[in-house]
Formats: sequence, structure tokens, C-alpha cells
Amino acid sequence: MARKTDKKFRWRLKHLLGLRELDRKEIEFILDTAKAFEQVGRRPIKKTPPLRGRVVANMFFEDSTRTRNSFALAAGRLSADVIEFTKKSSSVSKGETLLDTARNLEAMGVDIVVVRHGAGGAPKFLSRNINACVVNAGDGYNEHPTQALLDVYTIRQMRGSLDGLKIGIVGDIAHSRVARSGIWAMSKLGAEVTLIGPPTLMPAQAHLLPVKISYSLDEVLEQLDVINMLRIQFERLGKNPFPSVREYSHFFGLTVERMKRAKPDIIVMHPGPINRGLELESEVADGPNSVILKQVANGLPVRMAVLFLVNQAAAAESKSK
Amino acid sequence: MNTDKSILIKNGRIIDPANKVDTQADLLVVGDKVAQIGSIKSDCENVIDAKGKIVTPGLIDIHVHFREPGDEEEETIASGSAAAVAGGFTSVVCMPNTKPAIDDQTSVEYVHRMGRQARKTFIYVMGAVTKGREGNELAEMGLMAQAGAIGFTDDGCGVQDAAMMLRALKYAGMLNVVFAQHCQDDSLAAGGVMNAGYNSTILGLPGIDPLAEEMMLWRDIQLVKKTKVRYHAQHISTAGSVELVREAKAEGLPVTCEVTPHHLLFTDDAIIDYDTNYKVNPPLRTIKDVEALKRAIREGLIDALVTDHAPHLQSEKELEFLAAPFGIAGLECALSLYIKALIEPGICDWPDLISLMTHRPARVIAADRGTIARGDRADITIIDPGAEYTIDSSRFQSKSRNCPYNGWRVKGRVEKTIVAGEIRYSAD
Repeated sequence: MARKTDKKFRWRLKHLLGLRELDRKEIEFILDTAKAFEQVGRRPIKKTPPLRGRVVANMFFEDSTRTRNSFALAAGRLSADVIEFTKKSSSVSKGETLLDTARNLEAMGVDIVVVRHGAGGAPKFLSRNINACVVNAGDGYNEHPTQALLDVYTIRQMRGSLDGLKIGIVGDIAHSRVARSGIWAMSKLGAEVTLIGPPTLMPAQAHLLPVKISYSLDEVLEQLDVINMLRIQFERLGKNPFPSVREYSHFFGLTVERMKRAKPDIIVMHPGPINRGLELESEVADGPNSVILKQVANGLPVRMAVLFLVNQAAAAESKSK
Repeated sequence: MNTDKSILIKNGRIIDPANKVDTQADLLVVGDKVAQIGSIKSDCENVIDAKGKIVTPGLIDIHVHFREPGDEEEETIASGSAAAVAGGFTSVVCMPNTKPAIDDQTSVEYVHRMGRQARKTFIYVMGAVTKGREGNELAEMGLMAQAGAIGFTDDGCGVQDAAMMLRALKYAGMLNVVFAQHCQDDSLAAGGVMNAGYNSTILGLPGIDPLAEEMMLWRDIQLVKKTKVRYHAQHISTAGSVELVREAKAEGLPVTCEVTPHHLLFTDDAIIDYDTNYKVNPPLRTIKDVEALKRAIREGLIDALVTDHAPHLQSEKELEFLAAPFGIAGLECALSLYIKALIEPGICDWPDLISLMTHRPARVIAADRGTIARGDRADITIIDPGAEYTIDSSRFQSKSRNCPYNGWRVKGRVEKTIVAGEIRYSAD
């Protein structure tokens, strides 16, 4: 598929809150922009100047190593100054509110707020109340747009296009922001998405999403071109949605045994961190079909593209004012 | 001034549904009573020209939260009472989920006293069913009833334990009170912040399944069969609940129910931007549920239109959707909202609407209110049905602004609110 960037297309969003509100063209534009940034990481001096003099605040209210570091590196490669702000939030804890925290950072001249928060909608809420650009780095179990972008970026890198690909997302769909963003991105780019997991891990009215649903990995595995194994997030699960880890692995774990029945070139993905031996056997995680580390590497150009584009949109907006 | 305090309301359209009155006439108030209705010649100096206006029994809202004691920064009994009369309400029923809860005689007396001091609307009190509304031990319902509590509820949540609920209903049986329930099974609703459905899925917010409401309502109806105690389902929100109430009523059980304006005017689509002004419990449901509630009103299955006025500070609502409290403040615009939801689409006519806001809720709480025949207490609301205005929450008498209707263009302005023969509110 031709990947000529549409010359007339102009990016206009100063926030990246989720992929549900983006159309195919916008998603592809981010991916194409990311492609252009890929080579920066190969240079001896891994820096380029577009965000020089800009301040990016990494506001992480939930634990994260991968995403936080990835954003920090991406901002650094674009020559931005980065403030790190981490705080365990609890919805009931008193103290400074999210809005006050963000307004304080803004008062210090922050241009872009990258926010990870336990409450779905928190980035949207911020975007309505502050002037800085807001980039969602994962909110509750709403969306994790940059993760899904790097996932589809990786798939495109491997296969050229997502059109017609059969992609399975396996595991705890109900509590997964990666799944939600993935569903929007993959279906908009032309893939056929199947959600796979026990009914207790499917969200309400899942059949209204642009997906197929299967409760049996074995039934659909053979057809899949890509399989995205979600992490079982014990911290979000609540009262046992499946009887035991053993039983879950038995039905939904990607084992060496199961891999024998998959297409030989199936792409195995995982957003990390992996529960080895639970959703993914080590041999599969480290095997030839796994692109897990490629995903991590691709996080950088994708996040660079996102930071670059929202900043550009904000600059255009302030100029037009 | 006339020493025998009197008010003559001239030429209004008097609607008194309990007495099947809908007529153009004058109404004379002497002291705290309705003295005469008809064509009245009087030397009364205090004359209100009600030409083109509707004169009704004072509106009654059997579900409000005035937050005192405990959260006086959100609302006090005084500010809530002022909001009530501004909305045309001459009587309200305060819920017991204050801090501490209204769960003993002294606190019931306190709310009554603050209501009298505010001298705006008349205040009824529902006491808590269980101590501290914790669902574990019966509160002193008998003593509270003696102090004037007209019913009991743990509103804010439902009584979870079935055995506790049965015991409470049985005990209430000796008190001639109504048992009101916020139907919600916490084990099903746990952690939910909006209706469980497509919208909760795409927003990634934990949902409250309609079954959480319906399961408790179903359970309670079985318990009412056994105890025959008057039972009132508060703010029902689902099509399934409507069917349960329909069946219970068809069986002749003493079951009543109420709805709120927001469950008639919004669906969970409203939450798409995570605006916490739409975060309410029970949550906004789907269009199917809204239509079922409207149909139920048309069929007469609903006994009371309420507000569930639940004031909250702006700073509390300016939080992440998960963290913000549930509730909508809407006493002052409730009448206009019901006009919009029910009269404008032709679901109700004026006598139906007035009936659902006066004598029918009065009957739920067994109060001798909601009518304006000669000799009745002079609780009267005068409404200009044609007057259009814009809802401006910044001008509310209520201390809170958590009102999703702010900026709406609506009809039906409350002109005057008369409580026990005194004009307690005048527009302008």
C-alpha cells in the first residue's frame, strides 16, 4: 500500500486523548510521522530540535516504567525539557486535586502534559480545564492510545498494512485500556478484530463494538495473523472473574503447544509487563514470532510523533489567535 | 393592613386534581387556610392578579437532600428551603443521609426545628432505617416516628441484607409510616459510576447494571407481600423496575414509586465527555428506559415526581469522573423540567402533572396536603405556564451549582409560593 503522506492533510488536534475519536487518516498520519522520526534513534546523537524550549510534564499517577521512560526519552529526543511528576493517586485520597496539580504545572510554563491516571476520562477532564496540550498515557480502563499506535505501527512494519488482517486480542478486555485503544486503531485501519477471553472478562455490550467475540482461543487461533496477549492485571480484577490462574492459562494462555496450531508467521504481541507462564509461556515470549521488544522500540518514534504533532497544533492555534 | 391576614388571588386557573377542580376562579386565603373559591368580592388589600396563571396546591417534593447537619458548605436547611419555595415547593421530605445520619429522635427534631426557623418551605423528615445507615442494626424508628418522621429509608444506598430488610419492614408495620428504598444491590453495583452498557464500555468506566436496581426491588416486593407495609421505591430508573411496580400494583400491594427529571431528560449518552454533572445515582440509563418511564407516567403507574435534589460543591464535581460524588441539584427548575419532559411532548396535561407533584406524593407519605379546597391549609403555588426563561444556576438560592440544565431555555415560571397563608417566595 502506498504510504505517501497526504500533502493537503493538516494535523489539528492539540490533545491526544484516545483513538476512538480519530479517523483512519489521522491515525495513518501519526504513523507516517513516526516513520520519519525512526532514523533519529539510529543517529549517534539521538536528538532533533522541534520541541526545543518546550516543557513536557510527565504526570504519572499510576506505576509505569516502560511508558513513562518512553515518553521521557521521546520528549528528550525532540529536545524538550521534561519534568517528571509521579504520585500514587487514589480517588478518595484528600489533598491536591488533579486539576490543581495540573494548573500548578501549567503556571510553571508546561506546554504538554503527558498523563497516566487510574480514572477513565482524567485526560479528557484535564484537556477541558487547562490550556496545555494533553497526551493520554493511559487512563483507567478507557484508552492507552500511544500503546495501540505503537502496536499498529509494529504490525505495519511487519506486514505493510493492516487491511484484511485477522487480529486476536486475548484476555482481560473488560479492564484493558490497551484493548480499547487497540480495537479502535486496528478496526479503523482495516483489520478484523476478535476479542478472546472468558465472558467474565468481556465488557458490557461488547457485541456493539466493531469486533467479533470468541470464548475459545483454540477455535480461532488458526485463523489469526496477529495475536495480542493482554496482561492479566490482578490489581484491577476485583472478585475472581476466573476460578484460578491455572484454569485461565489452560484455556487462554499462549503455549508452545498452542503455537503449533497457529499460522507459522503469526505475530505475537504483548503490551508488557509479561506474566511469564500465565498468559504467555516464556518460550513463546522469547520466540521467533514475538515482536515484544520491537513494540517497545517503536514506542519511541510513535511518541515522538504524537508530541511533535500536538505541539504543532497548539502552535498553529496560538498563532491564529 | 387587614388584621385578619388575607390574600385574594384573582382570576387564576385553579387546578386542584384531588378535588377534580380545573376552573377559572378567585381564591381567598384567610389566615393559614383557604377560605373561599369562586367569584369573590372582598375588601382584601392583598390582591394577586393571577390572570393567565395557574393556581395549584403547593408543590410537594418527597425526595431532597439538604445536607445539614454535616455538609453545610453544600447546602443548609435554610438555603435548601429557600431553593424549595423558589421552585414552588411548599413541602419537601428531607432524606436522612446527612453526617451524622438522621437516625434518632433528636436529629429528627433538629431538622424540623431548622426548617421552622428557615420559615420557607414545610419540612418533613424521613429517618434512617438502620443506625448510621450502615445496614447492621435497626435505628430507633419508633421514637423517630413519634418525633414526626413520616417514613424511613437508608437512601444513598439500599438495605442490603434481606433478613434486616424483613425485620425493618415488620417493625415499621406498627408505626404507620412509609418504607422508602433506594433500590440498589451493592454486590452488583460495586464500584460502578454509570449505567453498564455500550457507553460505559467505550468510556472505560465501571458500570452499574440495571439488575442492581431490579433485583432489590423484586426482593423488596416479595417482602412487602409478606408484611403488607407501605413501600415506596425511590427514583426508579429502568424499564425492568417499571414492570416490577406494575405487577406489584396489579396484585394490590401497597407499593408506590417516584421518578426524577434527569431520568426522563437524559440517557447515558450525556456522559460521553465525562461531565460529572451527569454523574448521578441511580445512573442515567438508555432511551428504552426513558421511554418506559414516560409510558409509566402516562399510564398512571408513577406516584410522585421528585427532584432528588442532591447539592454538591463545584470543587467536588471538578474531579475525575470516578472520584466525583453522585448527584444533581435541581429544586429551582424542577417544574420547568417536568413541563419539558412531560407536558411539551403531550405525555401529561396540567392536571396530571400537578397531581403528580401535589396530592399523589402527599398520599405516598400519608400527609394531609396537596389539595386546596375550602378549609385546607393554604399551601399554594402560582405558576406562569407561558413564561420562558433561561436556567441560570449562578442565581440559585441553593448553595450548589451542580446542575446540568444550566443555560437551558425552559417554560413555566413559579410566580409566587404561599406556605400556610404566607407569601414565602415571589419572582422578581
